[in-house]
Amino acid sequence: MLSKESLAKIDRELTKYPAEQKRSALMSALRIAQLEHGWLSNDVVEAVADYLGLPPIAAMEVATFYGMFNRQPVGKFKLTVCTNLPCALSGGADAGKYLQQKLGIGYGETTADGKFTLQEGECMGACGYAPVMLFNNHTMCNHMTPEAIDKKLAELE
Amino acid sequence: MLEVEIDGKKLTVPGGSTVMDAANSVGAYIPHFCYHKKLSIAANCRMCLVQVEKAPKPLPACATPVTDGMKVWTHSDSAVKAQAGVMEFLLINHPLDCPICDQGGECQLQDLAVGYGKSASRYEEEKRSVVNKNLGPLISTDMTRCIHCTRCVRFTEEVAGYQELGMPGRGEHSEIMSFIGKTVNSEISGNVIDLCPVGALTSKPFRFSARTWELSRRKSVSPHDGLGSNLTVQVKDHQVKRVLPLDNESINECWLSDRDRFSYEALNSPERVTKPMIKQGGVWQQVEWTVALEYVANGLKSIVADHGVDSIAAVATPQSTLEELFLLKKLANGLGVQNTESRLRQHDASFATAGVQWLGQSIVELAESDAVVVVGSTLRKEHPLIAQRLRQAVKHGMKVAAVNPHGDDMLLRLAGEVVTRPDQLVEGLLAVLKATVEIKGATCPAHIDTSHTEITDVARGVANILAAGERASIILGNLAVQDARAAEIHAVAAALAALTGATFGVLTAGANTAGAELIGFNAAGDVFATPKKAYVLLGAEPDFDTANPVKALAAVEQAEMVVVLSSFQSCAYDYADVILPVSPFSETSGTYINMEGRPQSFNGVVRPLGDTRPAWKVFRVLGNLLGLHGFDYGTSEEVRDEALAAGVEARLNNNAVAHVHVKARAAGNGLVRLAEVPLYQSDVLSRRAPSLHATVDAQVAETLRANAATLAALGVAAGDKVKVEQGGTAELVVALDARLLDQVVRISAGHPLTRDLDSAAALQVAKA
Amino acid sequence: MATFAKGVVFEGVDFDDPNSWRLEEYVKRGGYAGLRRIADEKLTQDQIIAEMKLSALRGRGGAGFPTGLKWSFMPRSFPGQKYLVCNTDEGEPGTFKDLDIIWNNPHALIEGMIIGGFTMGATVGYNYIHGEVFEAYERFEEAIEEARAAGFLGANILGCGFDFQLHAHHGYGAYICGEETALLESLEGKKGQPRFKPPFPASFGLYGKPTTINNTETYASVPYIVRNGGQKFLELGKPNNGGTKLFSISGHVNRPGNYEVPLGMPFAELLELAGGMRNGKKLKAVIPGGSSAPVLPADIMMNCTMDFDSIAKAGSMLGSGAVIVMDEDTCMVRALERLSYFYFEESCGQCTPCREGTGWLYRVIHRIEHGHGRPEDLDLLLSVGANIAGRTICALGDAAVMPVQGMLKHFRSEFEYHIENKRCLVDH
Ligand SMILES: Cc1cc2nc3c(=O)[nH]c(=O)nc-3n(C[C@H](O)[C@H](O)[C@H](O)COP(=O)(O)O)c2cc1C
Ligand code: SF4
Ligand code: FES
Repeated sequence: MLSKESLAKIDRELTKYPAEQKRSALMSALRIAQLEHGWLSNDVVEAVADYLGLPPIAAMEVATFYGMFNRQPVGKFKLTVCTNLPCALSGGADAGKYLQQKLGIGYGETTADGKFTLQEGECMGACGYAPVMLFNNHTMCNHMTPEAIDKKLAELE
Repeated sequence: MLEVEIDGKKLTVPGGSTVMDAANSVGAYIPHFCYHKKLSIAANCRMCLVQVEKAPKPLPACATPVTDGMKVWTHSDSAVKAQAGVMEFLLINHPLDCPICDQGGECQLQDLAVGYGKSASRYEEEKRSVVNKNLGPLISTDMTRCIHCTRCVRFTEEVAGYQELGMPGRGEHSEIMSFIGKTVNSEISGNVIDLCPVGALTSKPFRFSARTWELSRRKSVSPHDGLGSNLTVQVKDHQVKRVLPLDNESINECWLSDRDRFSYEALNSPERVTKPMIKQGGVWQQVEWTVALEYVANGLKSIVADHGVDSIAAVATPQSTLEELFLLKKLANGLGVQNTESRLRQHDASFATAGVQWLGQSIVELAESDAVVVVGSTLRKEHPLIAQRLRQAVKHGMKVAAVNPHGDDMLLRLAGEVVTRPDQLVEGLLAVLKATVEIKGATCPAHIDTSHTEITDVARGVANILAAGERASIILGNLAVQDARAAEIHAVAAALAALTGATFGVLTAGANTAGAELIGFNAAGDVFATPKKAYVLLGAEPDFDTANPVKALAAVEQAEMVVVLSSFQSCAYDYADVILPVSPFSETSGTYINMEGRPQSFNGVVRPLGDTRPAWKVFRVLGNLLGLHGFDYGTSEEVRDEALAAGVEARLNNNAVAHVHVKARAAGNGLVRLAEVPLYQSDVLSRRAPSLHATVDAQVAETLRANAATLAALGVAAGDKVKVEQGGTAELVVALDARLLDQVVRISAGHPLTRDLDSAAALQVAKA
Repeated sequence: MATFAKGVVFEGVDFDDPNSWRLEEYVKRGGYAGLRRIADEKLTQDQIIAEMKLSALRGRGGAGFPTGLKWSFMPRSFPGQKYLVCNTDEGEPGTFKDLDIIWNNPHALIEGMIIGGFTMGATVGYNYIHGEVFEAYERFEEAIEEARAAGFLGANILGCGFDFQLHAHHGYGAYICGEETALLESLEGKKGQPRFKPPFPASFGLYGKPTTINNTETYASVPYIVRNGGQKFLELGKPNNGGTKLFSISGHVNRPGNYEVPLGMPFAELLELAGGMRNGKKLKAVIPGGSSAPVLPADIMMNCTMDFDSIAKAGSMLGSGAVIVMDEDTCMVRALERLSYFYFEESCGQCTPCREGTGWLYRVIHRIEHGHGRPEDLDLLLSVGANIAGRTICALGDAAVMPVQGMLKHFRSEFEYHIENKRCLVDH
């Protein structure tokens, strides 16, 4: 279920915590597993739990608690727009609307070609750079004006 | 000690007490849902908010530590206002479907809500609904009713030892569930039903079968393992509808094993026999009791006359009551018959002790040991609540080690473990003994020869734990007592105990194993070894309750006369001559003596079904019919008092009758069978409880298990079918059990699928 | 990037230099001198705590608790492992200063944590980093590696006989993990559900061991204090509010960004620094300390100075220093609806009043915003709020209620207008 590379990355995370506290690496392990599989199916969650010697339900609790884990398949590109108040005051909500219209999907949906998933996000701790958009969980895009959005989408085509 | 004032009442409480503890100690009731005395504190329901002097806001009583001089009001305006606010929140998304809820009438939410008045009306948004979950055959769910107290989650994690339930999701979207596609498989899972303060988790077998207020509650004692859990049996229309724990801190606390809780299903099974029957000319005929009993009396008399007193054996299971065993023995002895026996699963007939085998201490004392070595037990399955006790004790510092023919997970942190082949348990113990001798600088007892024993690291580990323990215990489980070399195991374990000052004890297998020994019922040894002319079988099913079902069945089949006293239909139709319907524990008064030597008497909770009669009464009549003296009892209490006249305590004694010589045997290298009696085959009731047989435990018991290397050597894989030959044959599906040694195959004993196997014969396994 | 760099955390940072965050550059501008001072002058734990107390540094994570005092709570003679934890989970809407710290000056934080570890006898530290800033997390890991390679982390640091290891832990999208005990649960690999206190982390923290948790900015202020003395730090700000502080300014200003300024600066001046109101609009209201702080109308705000005491006196909180500026065209109903949705979505779900109450609040406000409000709704909101506030395990319950209370206190008429007319008072 998990590649050698993923397991090696998980092993590296494990070194951060005391030997009897493997559970501490669970969040990272799930993140790494998601990177490999795109989303966390039940099987993947269970595989991670098994690897860390945890009850599967304990891993499920974590996989469903943290917002950046995908519990459904997502498109190749997951775009998360912050629409919280500070961002909204500087165009965050508008950027979201613009993306909806450009991609023809609503929040939580994936384009028919499986390319884009759009999500409404909560504060990303980057309000000063609004509108902000998180790309595939790991890359922050600042000042996402309509022009910047067009440019980013063109890059991804 | 801290001084605290609760609602104007002054009291002192030990340091570390919470406000809830303090209130409980003066009987002040503080409403609560998430708090439970046996679980960790979650403080999440917020129902227990109380007013505390100088605190700016109400505080949760369950989690607030008492400080010296603290003043608390549990029902002041501010406390009640806070509690009412919480109640409103709990109800806004609750379905309020009490009329169709199984919890109705015993629901903490319902009870408390009534007290705070109906207040859900301010919430006019749409209510949440939550899909139900499949938690298996025992627990039914109505998750919309859940109030997120997490008692069930904490139970699986903390008490059952493995988290099987969780609360995935966040905020309002969080839901209690098992991992998708998995059921809750703990052998003590049913306790979550009691713990759930609302009707979210209810009993599946009980579902909709009665409203709680229609049920009358009667006390009883569990008829399964040697713990003797106290029961509240709930009854309607002369039927047992449900079984709940009766709190007894010194025995079962507030828990029950699933076997204790759900075996009652058998009581209402269509397999009950309700009429005396006699087989005449190969045809079974229902007869009146008088006819049947006269037939029995005459039959027994003539067998004695024709073949002598040694040609009869009276056989009972350790689930029989003290009164039944006492009268059966008295009856047999009255005829001159000395062969009475209840140790039917014991392979080693030479194994006997000077007195009644017992735990060597009370259950509470066992739990207070600082080191416990478990020898030969599938503890979680044999004695689920003892395993639970040890699990809790380990959290408080107890060290538990095991010497076992398997490496089963006890769901507690084992401090040491020796895993052996099933035929090498003695050698495993010898290694521990030798290590202990070395650590203690002592000498080995003369009757035990360790010269050919090598000390392994794991054995030294176990020895260290024993040697370091100030209050250590060594306890023998069912596998040890039933082992073919039980006498040797006993001898080595006893020597270990003597050497280390540990308490030596036996986890008695059946509800009344100790009672049978107390009255000297076990006088025959292997009653099937040399077949008798006649057998009287009290509750005993030769095909399931015996060490060697093939031999036992052959013995009863060849007998001239077999009298069966049973509550159930069985293959006795094939071999018996008379079948007498006798009461299960629920339909008779009686007494069981548990593993700590405690007699517990109980009354019948329902009237006997049909023409069923309590066995003690049957023996009384038979005694009179046979013209024997001393059968004029008016009540079962009179029988009990006579049986217990000599007291119990003085008879408790685990010492061997004589020294057994022990010497290591070389390990064989062929296939060897680990034959354990599965959890739900332990007695006539659990054998016939359909819901228990739908559990994963019951399914696992149907398989042949071995480790990967052994499976590979056999050329089979999990899921394959194999043919087992051991005397007879059996066809089983293969499963992986990584916790066994090489060459060990785990095949259930006392199981319908394996009843043709002779555990003493040579073993072969091949792909079917 | 509009960061005003005159203060202790960003002292000497060149925001245009892509390498300014590196160890080498940090050392060039006086970095790790605090740590060296401890080594050279053999400062004792007590001396450092005394300096911390003198500095009047108050926690930058939101509650403003005096840091020196917090550090003194750690059991000094505890025999086992103790932990130091940094809270870089900033998720409070409006707050984005900690991201800039670990991005632009990670070694200030690392040095601060090493000093904290030395002072409290904790040999292992974790920095819990907000999920959405993965690139910053990676950079921080790199900075840790630099420090390790240079001997600032590891065994016998600078020959003081003191060991300290530091690791980064990455969050994955849960605001509640900013709450310190939720953060500890999360660090242990569980759901981020806050713990009931007591026991406090100083006695029962990470893995049940004594633990101190501080905010990123708090730790990043420590090297300056140790290097220059507590008195100097104190003098930067005002009594009981020592030092400079980062303010994250967002909303309707011309130059949103982080501004590190002395505590006690008049709000008007800060607004000026941020370029004043966007498009020349009029200031309507300010949320002065992150989304959980009650809103203050323009007139009150213009008379405040930016420090813990002044903002508290005005009826709000300085919190994490996130200043959300709203102009005259802002609809307060819609603003509150968005904030309430946030708390509803981010409630961890364990305790009843917050799990059930935040949804109730949101749904009622949502209804009002969408033209289905009822006259009695405003009192209902206050009453439901009162049943949440002070009755939950952690302060998220309070945080969800304070915006509601603040809005209804200062802008009730706008809500009433909405209910009556089923539309906004302002055009937007
Ligand atoms: C709901 C909630 C969210 C919080 N979020 C943060 C946060 O993102 N960052 C932070 O440093 N502190 C946050 N806190 C405060 C922390 O619990 C804690 O007080 C702080 O980290 C202590 O550090 P300090 O003393 O240096 O301020 C939050 C508190 C609550 C109740
Ligand atoms: S107040 Fe909310 S976030 Fe805090 S513990 Fe309770 S449910 Fe969780
Ligand atoms: S019983 Fe105290 S909070 Fe639930």
